[in-house]
Amino acid sequence: MQIWINEQRHDVPPDASLFGVRDQFRPQADVMIVNGFPETADLPLTENDRVVLIRRGETPSAEEFDALLTARHTPGVHERLKHACVGIAGAGGLGSPIAAALARSGIGKLVVADYDVVEPSNLNRQMYFIDQIGLPKVKALAATLARINPGVAVVTHIVRLTRDNIATLFAEVDVMVEALDDARAKAMLTETFMSHFPGKPLVAASGVAGAGSANTIVTRRTIGNLYLVGDGETAAAPGTGLMAPRVGVAAHHQANAVVQLLLGDVPA
Amino acid sequence: MMLKITINGKPHSFPEPATLSGILSHLGIDPARVAIEHNGTILLQKAFPATPVSAGDQLEIVQFVGGG
Repeated sequence: MQIWINEQRHDVPPDASLFGVRDQFRPQADVMIVNGFPETADLPLTENDRVVLIRRGETPSAEEFDALLTARHTPGVHERLKHACVGIAGAGGLGSPIAAALARSGIGKLVVADYDVVEPSNLNRQMYFIDQIGLPKVKALAATLARINPGVAVVTHIVRLTRDNIATLFAEVDVMVEALDDARAKAMLTETFMSHFPGKPLVAASGVAGAGSANTIVTRRTIGNLYLVGDGETAAAPGTGLMAPRVGVAAHHQANAVVQLLLGDVPA
Repeated sequence: MMLKITINGKPHSFPEPATLSGILSHLGIDPARVAIEHNGTILLQKAFPATPVSAGDQLEIVQFVGGG
């Protein structure tokens, strides 16, 4: 009969048991999950059972990662995302959760640029941890992404983005993400990227602050290949701070738009 | 003479002659916080002052606010 072991199909004898399968496929496994439930005692297996064998602390191999993403996302989706390169300008409240979502999605390569270091005040919304305070954001982010999916190639640039370096830093990306904080920097990145790479999609954000309705954050196509996420008007200001939930909604709109574009869909 | 153009799908009128910078100033928009498409072409910010706007032109103005 056939069963699934760590998301891959295997032929096993019709009388196979959990312990037998463990001993054959991963003798050092100390956690066994059968059809979603952790098990400690031996039990008979039946056709199409899904068995997950884990050795605590062990990193899955690249092949296993590939198999589990293929199983989760379907082979066609995984193949496309795995061969994609996405640029992210800014690794703050938008860029860091976007990078995490894209790493979990199995994007093959991320190019991330930010000149900043992790400050205590960033922790209210950004994908960083207490023990990363003081580190360059892109270095801290690369370390976190490696803990999520070591198969993603992460290229980091500790640099302030200017009209003169954007085209070089992001020359190889398939889709670009604007995840900066300052309105002028957002406009500068947008015009610079769009003028150099008119055929490549750019996913930008404007209007993500505060704790107002999350339902006013939308993704829309604007000029050229520019997709804009946000409510379009809520700027960060005294009394209207940037907060994890609403910035996170916008970040995941952006990440979702990236995935849609890579899969050939039109976001909106 | 008034110049009739379309901005973000809506009709607008301005005194002639007009440049893109003049129109932005008239609308109270900071040219450093926008991306603009003029008759289907994306413009660089440095080109705004020297870009004439003529009757019937189509402008799409994307405004950015801070936060991220």
